[in-house]
Amino acid sequence: MRTVNLESQKNGTMSKAKEKSAKKRVVEEDDDQLPIFDKDVTEKKAGEEDDADLSDSEESVFSGLEDSESDSHDEEEDAEEGDDEEDDDDAVILDEILTKSSGVETATEPPATDKNTPTDIRNTVGNIPMEWYQDYPHIGYNLDGKKIFKPIRNKDELDEFLDKMENPDYWRTVHDKTTASDIRLSDEQVDLVHRLQKGQFGDVNFNEYEPSVDFFTNEVMIHPVTNRPQDKRSFIPSLIEKEKVSKLVHAIKMGWIKPRKPKETTPQYYDLWAKEDPNAILGRHKMHVPAPKMRLPGHEESYNPPPEYLLTEEERMAWEQQDAEDRKLPFLPQKHSCLRAVPAFSRFIHERFERCLDLYLCPRQRKMRVNVNPEDLIPKLPKPKDLQPFPTTMSLVYIGHSSLVRSISASPTGQWLVSGSDDCTVRFWEVNTGRCMKTLEVGGAVKSVAWNPNPAVCLVAVCFESTVLLLNPGLGDRLVVSSTDQLITSYEPPEEDKEQAVTWALSEGPEHDNGHRLTLTHPKAVKQVVWHGKGDYLASVMPDNSSNLQVLIHQVSKRRTQNPFRKNKGLVQCVSFHPLRPYFFVATQRYVRVYNLIKQELTKKLMTNCKWISSMAIHPGGDNLICGSYDCRLAWFDLDLSTKPYKMLRHHKKALRGVAYHKHYPLFASGADDGSVIICHGMVYNDLLQNPLIVPVKVLKGHQITHDLGVLDVTFHPTQPWVFSSGADATIRLFT
Amino acid sequence: MGGLQKKKYERGSATNYITRNKARKKLQLSLADFRRLCILKGIYPHEPKHKKKVNKGSTAPRTFYLFKDIRFLLHEPIVRKFREYKVFVRKLRKAYGKAEWTGVERLRDNKPGYKLDHIIKERYPTFIDALRDIDDALSMCFLFSTFARTGKCHVQTITLCRRLTVEWMNYVVTSRSLRKVFLSIKGIYYQAEVLGQLITWLVPYQFAHDHPTDVDYRVMATFTEMYTTLFGFINFRLYQTLNLVYPPKLDSKAESELKAEHEEDYAMDSESYLEKLSALSASLARVVATAEEEENQLDLFPTEGEDQENMQAREKEQKEQEAQKRLFEGLKFFLNREVPRESLAFILRCFGAEVSWDKSLCIGGTYEVTDETITHQIVDRPDMDKQYINRYYIQPQWVFDSVNAQMRLPVEDYFLGTTLPPHLSPFVEEKDGDYVPPEKLKLMALQRGEKPVQEEEDEEEEDEEEEEEDDEEEDDVDDEELTEEKNLKKMEGTRAQGKTLAVKVTPGKVKPWETGSVGNKVRLEQEEKAEEKRLAIMMMKKKEKYLYDKIMFGKKRTTREVNKLTAKRKAHEDASKSQKKQKKAKKQ
Repeated sequence: MRTVNLESQKNGTMSKAKEKSAKKRVVEEDDDQLPIFDKDVTEKKAGEEDDADLSDSEESVFSGLEDSESDSHDEEEDAEEGDDEEDDDDAVILDEILTKSSGVETATEPPATDKNTPTDIRNTVGNIPMEWYQDYPHIGYNLDGKKIFKPIRNKDELDEFLDKMENPDYWRTVHDKTTASDIRLSDEQVDLVHRLQKGQFGDVNFNEYEPSVDFFTNEVMIHPVTNRPQDKRSFIPSLIEKEKVSKLVHAIKMGWIKPRKPKETTPQYYDLWAKEDPNAILGRHKMHVPAPKMRLPGHEESYNPPPEYLLTEEERMAWEQQDAEDRKLPFLPQKHSCLRAVPAFSRFIHERFERCLDLYLCPRQRKMRVNVNPEDLIPKLPKPKDLQPFPTTMSLVYIGHSSLVRSISASPTGQWLVSGSDDCTVRFWEVNTGRCMKTLEVGGAVKSVAWNPNPAVCLVAVCFESTVLLLNPGLGDRLVVSSTDQLITSYEPPEEDKEQAVTWALSEGPEHDNGHRLTLTHPKAVKQVVWHGKGDYLASVMPDNSSNLQVLIHQVSKRRTQNPFRKNKGLVQCVSFHPLRPYFFVATQRYVRVYNLIKQELTKKLMTNCKWISSMAIHPGGDNLICGSYDCRLAWFDLDLSTKPYKMLRHHKKALRGVAYHKHYPLFASGADDGSVIICHGMVYNDLLQNPLIVPVKVLKGHQITHDLGVLDVTFHPTQPWVFSSGADATIRLFT
Repeated sequence: MGGLQKKKYERGSATNYITRNKARKKLQLSLADFRRLCILKGIYPHEPKHKKKVNKGSTAPRTFYLFKDIRFLLHEPIVRKFREYKVFVRKLRKAYGKAEWTGVERLRDNKPGYKLDHIIKERYPTFIDALRDIDDALSMCFLFSTFARTGKCHVQTITLCRRLTVEWMNYVVTSRSLRKVFLSIKGIYYQAEVLGQLITWLVPYQFAHDHPTDVDYRVMATFTEMYTTLFGFINFRLYQTLNLVYPPKLDSKAESELKAEHEEDYAMDSESYLEKLSALSASLARVVATAEEEENQLDLFPTEGEDQENMQAREKEQKEQEAQKRLFEGLKFFLNREVPRESLAFILRCFGAEVSWDKSLCIGGTYEVTDETITHQIVDRPDMDKQYINRYYIQPQWVFDSVNAQMRLPVEDYFLGTTLPPHLSPFVEEKDGDYVPPEKLKLMALQRGEKPVQEEEDEEEEDEEEEEEDDEEEDDVDDEELTEEKNLKKMEGTRAQGKTLAVKVTPGKVKPWETGSVGNKVRLEQEEKAEEKRLAIMMMKKKEKYLYDKIMFGKKRTTREVNKLTAKRKAHEDASKSQKKQKKAKKQ
């Protein structure tokens, strides 16, 4: 480009060159001062041209002498001859320059068909967001109303980068959005930009530091500027003002206007409570809760506390790691050797502020602080001494079983004790000596044993697996033993043999010698056997949730079995006969149902409030019932009173396994998995107004806990205030 | 079934409470104004008994005010003043915006203000009520009076606070009602008994405050505004009860003396007067010039039985109080410049001592260091160059400890450069079962008139004695648990011995309780009783059992803490003793 320009310049007319050179000299004189021009020595000839151009354009811009015809003419020529591109640049970037040059161009040479010289493509769309033309191929309209088309291919990042790397003029290239073309800034324009950036005037020629000429002279002139005499009104007093003043004076005289008093800033105090009414209720209401006072400081807050109040290293660490709310002390106790060394407390203002917040933000509530002596809370009970007799000490241990002893039962005379264990044996003990009189092997782990309560009969019911065995141990009075045998053999089978749920079989041979008398084979596993008080009837429990065949009642003398229930009312846990009346108690998991056997109907349903009943015992009088449960509770019912427990006793720490009533004494016992037997005194008075007295009198401990099981069964001696307990540690213990 | 169905939450506790936002809307106040109003009127939220009922079934956390409280606020004249102030601020802003400076000036001159007198009267119908609630006011005013006079709050407030606190201190000095003082790490606690009310306040140490950024000073300023008003009226009344002139004036004699000295140092007369007052060295002017406060003695009435005992007890108490009031009477103190002058002068003057200090420290010093009649000089530096023989050089803690002990403690422990004994809080009243530090026990012994253990004997003896003491203490303090542990340890020890030694059969000794003597019976009885108790506990109702367990748990915790403290103390003493021994060994 440059070379072409130079050539064209050489060929150009000399007359113009002369004119220019004349002008140039003037310009150069000024321009030499500017460093940017000094540097520009690479192209001298082109530089001349540039200078000329610059001077011209600058003149046009800044001097305000645009109208000079000759200049414009010159310049136009220059532009045409010389830098086509630069000219174009000028035109687009700086509007003023552009207006001029382009205007001239169009005026003088409308065709402008030269390939190298792109015409002025000023966009006429105005100051609008150019995005509006995004979807069109053109970008606006030029002065002729022709569309300005966008370049076919936009520069992408790569182009941009290459341009950056290769084009040495990249730094002075500017993208014009309105015409979508790149414009290279000329040296003058760059210079102009530099100057503006520095905060200098755009015009090189402008001298900022010209000596100022005062608008008015500072010399006082002796003659007036005008010769007009002063107004009359400036000599005579104003009437209106006079009126106003006289009004004010009058007001002051009359005391209507008072001179402003300085305001009293210090508060005035007086005796506020001079007429105080001691009976006055506090202004508002009775719900007023006075704010509690601040806590008074303890020893640990001292600047020199006793050494024990200082925190150790670990405590200090713990204190620092705690949240501010969790800390027991809101500060760290510190020891200072003297008062002089005590620093300011950094949280003083904080604490005061928190107190303020508490006073007006903290909800207040009256809290009743229970100020009771804990001793007063303990109920006053009658002394256990006064409630004697009851078992107090462990006196005998019956050792012989090798596995847990599930069940025990005492003979009605109180001389013998029978026990059934998981080691598949039934043992008979003499109560007073602790001697094992007899050991019988049976075909399975013994679940339950029961001695016939009839003293005239010597029979023991033993249940294991699905069998109930009636044994004659042959202990005690021989007469009784033989009469019992007779009773069993005297049975005559009835004429018509009814189909029964249980098969009765008479034992013979060696089994008979062992004492086996009758074998009742049940369809399912039997869990419990229990005798009726008269000793003829026997009930057996086969817990099964799915059928109505859970409880069977057998009559020994007639060898008859019947199923009293048609419906299944839940898993039966245990059953019991009423000692006096024809009632039958069935305990399911949560309820105890009382059936009248004669009327064959449900009489009562006791709610035990327990989760799972484990055992049940009935008072020999038949009025009270106790239920032990696996959730550590013992429910005491008064059957006349209510179907809900009169008292719930939560004495044991673990599940109750067995409960028992004493025949004569007002005692009941409960054995639990925590290895203890608790004897309670349960007295019911005939006077209905007096509440029954239920008092625990003794905690008996002796059984060891094995496999999380403690005491499995308890039973009282029929005549003495003694209690037997069998445990998981394979022993039976007698407490007297 | 006639009648309308009852709507929920239209009666009962739901209507007795109102949430804060609703209250604000009802009062048509901004939150800031509502807060100010609540502070000034002493309205606080209440915690309803059944929060869910009050909250209309919702469980959202809300603060509730009593509806009566809010209705009571509706008629408060100060609310109108708040609104006026709001309008004033708006007008002022407008005037500023328009640059109408005369308008601004005029508005400023007519700035609306309000007085809190009626609120004080309403909140505290009787003087005693007000006095009962003055603790916070005192602490706050003492704090504000120590603020720098730049930023944070108005200078007037600070000077007012200062003035009021000085008046209060002067009153306490004149009435000699100070009872207890305590040097804590937070500041100095004072407790005075004014008209039968115990009043406690906390004064920070004299340091520049490092103002925290997370504290809302507007809240504090509002409180202070209320407190200064209350405090001023209380001061007025208190001065009246003592026939003192309010605002306080110095005794004419003292005034003339002071005037002669330091008049030229102060630019303003009022300032110098406040300084003179705060020096606390001169007595105040009285309305009626009485020579001395006459002793008001209890009239004796013929009484019987309990009344008489009560009477005697009361008499004794009063005598003690009188004695305490004259604790330092006749002593002449001089304060060195490194001790906190104001608090010490205050305390000493409260108990009748004469105090002076260096002239350059503060005005009001009445005599010089060189005065030969000075009995005590309070110093807080390791050593002094020039010491006078006829006076004690003691550390400031002596004054505080003596006041708390209600007697002049022996000065030996507090001499210049000695290690001070621990400073105990006088506010702790140990119940039985609580931990009592051994220093307190010693002090109590001193108060009872017993002589302290002689400590000028040989060191070894001393050591032994200490050990003995230790043992005794242990016996005293150890409770069952500790003894049990000890027994166990002993048993373990014997067992270990048994293991190491060859097994020997030694003739056994019959233990006293096995002989069936009195011991056996006693033991049996005890066991029986314990079992009875256990059984009775089993029979407790669920609710009572819970309460009982809780109480017992608390008791156990306290014993645990006590044990911890005693163990710590013992460890510390052992350590110090071993150190001593080491030192001794080195010396030898």
